[in-house]
Amino acid sequence: MSEAPKPAPARPAGRAGRNTELSEALKAYKGVWVFIEHDRGHVNPVSWELMGEGRKLADKLQVELAGVLMGGADEPLDAFAREAHAYGADRCYFVRDPVLKGYRNEPFTKGLTDLVNKFQPEIMLLGATTMGRDLAGSVATTLGTGLTADCTELNIDGRALAATRPTFGGSLLCTIMTLAYRPQMATIRPRVMQMPRRDDSRVGGEAVEMALGMIETDVVTKLLEFIPDANRNTVNLAYADVIVTGGKGLKQPDNFKLIWNLARVLGAEVGGTRPVVQAGWLEAERQVGQTGKTVRPKLYIAAGVSGAIQHRVGMEAADVIVAINTDPNAPIFDFAHYGIVGNAMQVLPVLTEAFRSHLDKRTRKVA
Amino acid sequence: MHIVVCIKQVPDSAQIRVHPVTNTIMRQGVPAIVNPYDLFALEEALRLKDRFGGRVTMLCMGPPQAEDALRKCISFGATDAILVTDRAFAGADTLATSYALAAAIRKINQEQAVDLVFTGKQTIDGDTAQVGPGIAKRLGMNLLTYVSRINEVDLDGRRLKVERRAEGGVQVLDSTLPSLITMLEGSNEMRFASMDDMLRAARFPVRRWNKDDAGIEDPARIGLKGSPTIVSKVFGPTPRSVKADMQVVADSSVNDVTLNLLQKIFTAHPMLEQELVDRLGV
Repeated sequence: MSEAPKPAPARPAGRAGRNTELSEALKAYKGVWVFIEHDRGHVNPVSWELMGEGRKLADKLQVELAGVLMGGADEPLDAFAREAHAYGADRCYFVRDPVLKGYRNEPFTKGLTDLVNKFQPEIMLLGATTMGRDLAGSVATTLGTGLTADCTELNIDGRALAATRPTFGGSLLCTIMTLAYRPQMATIRPRVMQMPRRDDSRVGGEAVEMALGMIETDVVTKLLEFIPDANRNTVNLAYADVIVTGGKGLKQPDNFKLIWNLARVLGAEVGGTRPVVQAGWLEAERQVGQTGKTVRPKLYIAAGVSGAIQHRVGMEAADVIVAINTDPNAPIFDFAHYGIVGNAMQVLPVLTEAFRSHLDKRTRKVA
Repeated sequence: MHIVVCIKQVPDSAQIRVHPVTNTIMRQGVPAIVNPYDLFALEEALRLKDRFGGRVTMLCMGPPQAEDALRKCISFGATDAILVTDRAFAGADTLATSYALAAAIRKINQEQAVDLVFTGKQTIDGDTAQVGPGIAKRLGMNLLTYVSRINEVDLDGRRLKVERRAEGGVQVLDSTLPSLITMLEGSNEMRFASMDDMLRAARFPVRRWNKDDAGIEDPARIGLKGSPTIVSKVFGPTPRSVKADMQVVADSSVNDVTLNLLQKIFTAHPMLEQELVDRLGV
């Protein structure tokens, strides 16, 4: 086992023995970067969502917004870069090497660490995916800087990034800042930020290329195979337009069939809260909230859901939120658009029938 | 085979309540538990120990009472338990935490060479998933995150094959020992503690290491001082400026309430109505 890769530079002590002042060397760090995650020919949409958010931060700071593209020499990185420019990037940084085909921690950590050390961005954003979290946690360690996971809001305070995320299991929010270290890193989950408008007339500045400086024999971990999910099209909560969610207020796992019935009538996906998933009433892929999926449907119906923050941050961006709960003081009524105070077991069957007959009538009218 | 499993003692978040007026956490009476995600790591380590023999050493950083969490792990069958505890560690963020745990693992490695380090995929209180990768980088170990299955371990050949959860599929990876694995939830089911192990756990001498015992070389890199991130504000959620349009079932029939609801929604959102009609594929 080797020693830690980078010794901490000596810094003056600040508040409570902590250093909060940026050193002269680190003041040179400028610009906002977005790591563009792609796999098998497709960019993960979360990268474009972050590009939209990165654009806002870069504009506030009056600095450049750049995309980082790492991949195999035969992967369509240039096409991805054109897309990045259309979504707001001013420039792209490239690391192309056969070793980078298919994500592996070791070469990606090296490439991104070297890129940051050489070109010195002040902010770096990554998607909070299995790739982004793996890479961000590694690069923040090799760079010895601060990383805030699963942010739900990003802002600029002074010249620093103010990253807000749920804390204490999602019961409160906190704002986290990295004052004396650069870059300031953050991961953001898919669907938390809005997809920006695409403008194909935008063109980017000159591309910057960097060599990886690593060969296949340097990488001990080998990617033998990628097995695509068989059910990847059956549960796609994050991008569903209509979702019906049940919480512990449904009392019994059996009552979840009322949720499924309503979902069937609406052509909706079924979601659940964390307690429901932990109790085994529903599979983990259907969990909505901080530790589950973040969703932005056009219609979200929540039955027997109290509305704890950890759930709220996962769904409050829905266009129309309908809540059914016996408790008129349940927090969910603070952010739902329509509320029904009543027993979900009573309301759901009637609501399902009402939707069915209404949509039936409308459909016949159209026909 | 020598396996180190890192765990954290966390408040049972299902039982945390926020004071409605002051927006502060009400910690009284909230039980502390082993981070549930860490149990998948422990079970996987115990299975390897069952197969290859050897030792499972538990490692935890936290206050003295975190000893309870380690004892719990002993009751499931872990061999040894070390609590890294020192006031100097207080206020550590993930970077400072991984520095301390990596130092302790180097110490453990001196006692007996470590083949694998396990962590859970994340904790339920911090939810960052950053400490596992941090430890791996500091130790120069291969990092295998979100592992859903260990397919093969060749102890003599120093290789292992795992399945790793990725977006839209599973990566099958071949790597070498030593590696650090963060175990995905649902990958196995925790065994029951045997009566013998429960008795052993009750009497087990959990080792306590302060920062010197843990081999911390640079005290500026642990605790609050070694943490680049600063919590600048903690606050409760803000309610929407407009409260939900409420109807109470008790005031009228369920039927009226639902019909009313549909009318309200579709009057305010005619596009949504059209969308629902369209998506039913007529």
